[in-house]
Amino acid sequence: MSLLEVTGLRVSFPTSDGIVQAVRGVSFTVDRGRTLGIVGESGSGKSVSTQTLMGLTAGADISGRALFDGADLLAMDDERLRRLRGAEISMIFQDPLSSLHPLYRVGWQIGELIRVHEPEVSKAAARKRSIELLGLVGIPQPDRRVDDYPHQFSGGMRQRVMIAMGVALRPRLIIADEPTTALDATVSAQILDLLVRLQREFETALIVITHDLGVIADVADDVFVMYAGRQVERAALRSTYYRSHHPYTVGLLGSVPNAAVPGRLRQIPGAPPSLIHPPPACPFHPRCRFVMPRCTTDEPPLDPVRDDADPEHRSACWLPGGLLGVGPEVDEARTRAAQESRE
Amino acid sequence: MSTDGDVLVRVEGVEKHFPVKKGVFFQHEVGRVRAVDGVDLEIRQGETLGIVGESGCGKSTLARCIAGLLPVTAGQVSFEDEPISGLSRSGMRPFRRQIQMIFQDPYGSLNPRRRVGSIIGDPFDIHRLAAGAERKRRVQELMELVGLRPEHYNRFPSEFSGGQRQRIGIARALALRPKLVVCDEPVSALDVSIQAQIVNLLADLQAELGITYVFIAHDLSVVRHVSTRVGVMYLGKIVEMAEGERLYTRPQHPYSAALLSAGSVADPDEAARRERIILTGDVPSPIAPPPACRFHPRCPKAQHICTTTEPPLEVKPGEPADHVTACHFPVRPGERLGQTGLGAEPPPPSTGEPTAESGGEGGTA
Amino acid sequence: MSVTDLAAEPMPAGLEPESIEGRSPWRLAWSRLVRDRVAIASLIVILLMVAAALAAPLFAALTGHSPTDQYRETGLTDQGIPVGPGAEFWLGTDSLGRDLFVRTVYGARISLLVGVVATLLATFAGVVIGLVAGYFGGIVDTILARAIDVVLSFPYLIFAMALVSVIGPSLVMTTLVIAFFSWASIARIVRGQTLAIKEKEYIEAARSLGASPMRIMFVDVLPNLVAPVIVLATLLVPTAIVFEATLSWLGLGVDVRIPSWGAMLAESQSFFRVAWWYLIFPAGALLLTTLAFNLLGDGVRDALDPRSERLFATRRKGKP
Ligand SMILES: Nc1ncnc2c1ncn2[C@@H]1O[C@H](COP(=O)(O)OP(=O)(O)OP(=O)(O)O)[C@@H](O)[C@H]1O
Ligand SMILES: Nc1ncnc2c1ncn2[C@@H]1O[C@H](COP(=O)(O)OP(=O)(O)OP(=O)(O)O)[C@@H](O)[C@H]1O
Ligand code: SF4
Ligand code: SF4
Ligand SMILES: [Mg+2]
Ligand SMILES: [Mg+2]
Repeated sequence: MSLLEVTGLRVSFPTSDGIVQAVRGVSFTVDRGRTLGIVGESGSGKSVSTQTLMGLTAGADISGRALFDGADLLAMDDERLRRLRGAEISMIFQDPLSSLHPLYRVGWQIGELIRVHEPEVSKAAARKRSIELLGLVGIPQPDRRVDDYPHQFSGGMRQRVMIAMGVALRPRLIIADEPTTALDATVSAQILDLLVRLQREFETALIVITHDLGVIADVADDVFVMYAGRQVERAALRSTYYRSHHPYTVGLLGSVPNAAVPGRLRQIPGAPPSLIHPPPACPFHPRCRFVMPRCTTDEPPLDPVRDDADPEHRSACWLPGGLLGVGPEVDEARTRAAQESRE
Repeated sequence: MSTDGDVLVRVEGVEKHFPVKKGVFFQHEVGRVRAVDGVDLEIRQGETLGIVGESGCGKSTLARCIAGLLPVTAGQVSFEDEPISGLSRSGMRPFRRQIQMIFQDPYGSLNPRRRVGSIIGDPFDIHRLAAGAERKRRVQELMELVGLRPEHYNRFPSEFSGGQRQRIGIARALALRPKLVVCDEPVSALDVSIQAQIVNLLADLQAELGITYVFIAHDLSVVRHVSTRVGVMYLGKIVEMAEGERLYTRPQHPYSAALLSAGSVADPDEAARRERIILTGDVPSPIAPPPACRFHPRCPKAQHICTTTEPPLEVKPGEPADHVTACHFPVRPGERLGQTGLGAEPPPPSTGEPTAESGGEGGTA
Repeated sequence: MSVTDLAAEPMPAGLEPESIEGRSPWRLAWSRLVRDRVAIASLIVILLMVAAALAAPLFAALTGHSPTDQYRETGLTDQGIPVGPGAEFWLGTDSLGRDLFVRTVYGARISLLVGVVATLLATFAGVVIGLVAGYFGGIVDTILARAIDVVLSFPYLIFAMALVSVIGPSLVMTTLVIAFFSWASIARIVRGQTLAIKEKEYIEAARSLGASPMRIMFVDVLPNLVAPVIVLATLLVPTAIVFEATLSWLGLGVDVRIPSWGAMLAESQSFFRVAWWYLIFPAGALLLTTLAFNLLGDGVRDALDPRSERLFATRRKGKP
């Protein structure tokens, strides 16, 4: 059994402009010691699909199931969820400053987190553990910095503190939502390094949410790609990058500048879709280069594709299963397949 | 520095310091943020000059000095051999038509209360170049040029997506057919798929109109993709500048090497293969930059001389004439940068006050 | 078509989401406002009040009672006590036998006139002063900001009383006094907003195009102040109305012969035990009007809230 098993998750927000269908049927699993990468454009529902698991989407209509170690997170009462949060599952957010309280010392905040979940720990012991944790995440002179306030830390150091808090209680699952988006390249490299090291050491399951395909390439074991609240492709890391099937994944990979391929970038035309009126059938069809007649009428299921290297490879696209990868030849084959179906 | 190609802009010894003031009634200066601290460079006709560096190293400030939006503290910026620093607003006016800027925030750079047509038409109004139907025609031409639908002339910015808004900003910048466009992180706020659209659009416009770009971005691979030459900035100074591919494949300055190795690559095999140089510590405060070589507290190759003598920005022996580096001990090809040097010893002396200034958090001491 | 052609294909037009078609910020705000029942009810109350004020002479003709005539025969009981609401006097009479209904609708004229005119004057002055202070900064700002502070911390009622007792009460005087003490709150907020807008990138974009300070102030800054100023002005009207009522209540308002709600309330003080209507109707009119303006102001603020104008999420990188 997987540590976390999410099936058919749907989340929508009623707003004055209409119902925002943020997540529309998402299923995934995460195992102990594995890293799942979730990638997609802004507003595709990446954050909502994990925040919902933690009970952080107030006012949303939620359906589906999320078994954590056999217990359904979505059916759990607040008290139990609260105890789980931080102790068993922890979250690391994009903005490290707003997630730390500005008026309390950093060490105190880590200590409090420990003491809330383990009341038998004495203040002195909690402080000692805070210092250890700060050292663990690579903050120099942790015994001195433990008494600093968050504003005395740089952005990268604050993110380290967040990671220290994230691993303080040895959680079994860490959800990192854009952990490095606000950071510089050099600092971001340090933070990713640290996350992966800690994850290996503690055998934690890790979910990394990002829009940056480079971050995913660095840390993930499995990847799923989201578009307009739906999973469009799910595969092991190398399959995602080298044998991608869904035109959106292919497009995303082509949009990233690559030193080996000079010249124009292969852009995806159009703009991100509205989530109040998501495009019918295949949500990507208004921007897809290979759109076929049935794409606009029938929704493609997330079915396994023919991929010898990865039996778990699934994609929600009507194109034939064998057309995998990025490159002019495959694209030509895709174009041909699309043309044939039009005739 | 060599001068192949026509030089469009020359930046000589430019400094821009922001005073740090304290006091409610009688403000007095307690320090200066040395945002740009002595930069020399030239921008050649038709090229794209990329500038990279960590947050707070002064990229935007340098861009604004070049665009004439900030008065310089010292030094001179000349456009086509005419000095433009220190000109009055009216003296600057003719140059405004030649130098334009594209901003980072597609939301903040368009006035939310004005219609798109009037935003893009602003340059024609301000320079009294076109009015009425003529102005509308030219605005719609521009909209078409950047891939917007001309019939959206009367819409408000809030009715467009981020990428479309960035196109509006580009149309406005191009209205006066400038020779130089300074792009300060034009794609940083956009999604990957939209980034590619804008990068391609900028490239097409350059090919069509022969524009020269200064291109600033966080994303090192985007800069590599678009730039002819790239300069690396650290704490207000250019530490290395070279032809783009050369800089990315054979960086000479230890900081460039570390920065470029830290950039992410969207390729798992490549990511596993390459070696990252992980720097220790944070960028010191630009209020009190380290003496001599500013990089020495973090540099894996630092020696005693680096703390006493500032290395000049010069061509190193055996390097092409347009590859300049400011380092006493440039990285040799194939050299591995480990954790040696001063950084590995007991913590170096404090390199700056731990302040709340953005990007100014103090050293690791 | 070859694949390279496809890759070079420009972005096809017409792919943007249709849900954001053709909605200006103003229209969005309006559509939000009409969905706000409280705001709409308030707007109706205000419009009815304005209609009543405009139609005051009509009501006088209808009832046959002028607002100032004393009907001692019919309007007072034998003991000299005001008569209650009835067919002759719809809302009863006051201590001098005047028709309370006609006086209340005439009072609406004064309240609304003073409230609106004083607000307009104060808003105009406040916007100009706040804009200049915020945009130019430096010494200009220092002086104006201090002036704003001084006015805001003034014991304005005492000052108003002193002023009126020297110059004598009149409609113009009252309006000017109210405007004088109200502009500062607007100026302060406009100044703050201007300071914030000045830092926006679109202002820098205008400067990079070579726009003059005047042009930037009026073309780029001012339109962004319209929304907060509308809200502030809507909320200032009830304050001005209460201010006028207070002055009239103290006998320092408009000419005592003209009916005004504040003066009516003052007169009712010693009678309301025997004639509740004497107090209730002017007080109710005052309360209803100010409440309606306040609720409308809140509704307008919610409708204009720029946060809900963002239809797409932004992402900022590199700004910890
Ligand atoms: N509380 C809420 N009320 C209404 N809509 C919401 C709420 N939270 C999220 N949404 C909407 O749900 C959609 C998905 O949001 P989500 O935050 O998951 O996107 P994301 O993929 O994480 O994007 P980003 O990369 O920008 O963080 C967005 O359109 C967002 O506007
Ligand atoms: N108007 C100002 N007043 C005072 N300090 C300023 C001002 N503008 C910039 N600075 C400071 O100057 C330094 C350089 O800032 P700048 O915006 O040029 O950096 P940058 O390289 O563009 O960073 P980023 O990548 O975050 O945009 C920073 O320390 C910043 O805090
Ligand atoms: S189902 Fe059709 S429209 Fe959707 S991604 Fe596949 S080919 Fe494109
Ligand atoms: S001069 Fe010295 S400290 Fe500076 S980068 Fe070179 S080796 Fe490092
Ligand atoms: Mg998110
Ligand atoms: Mg910047």
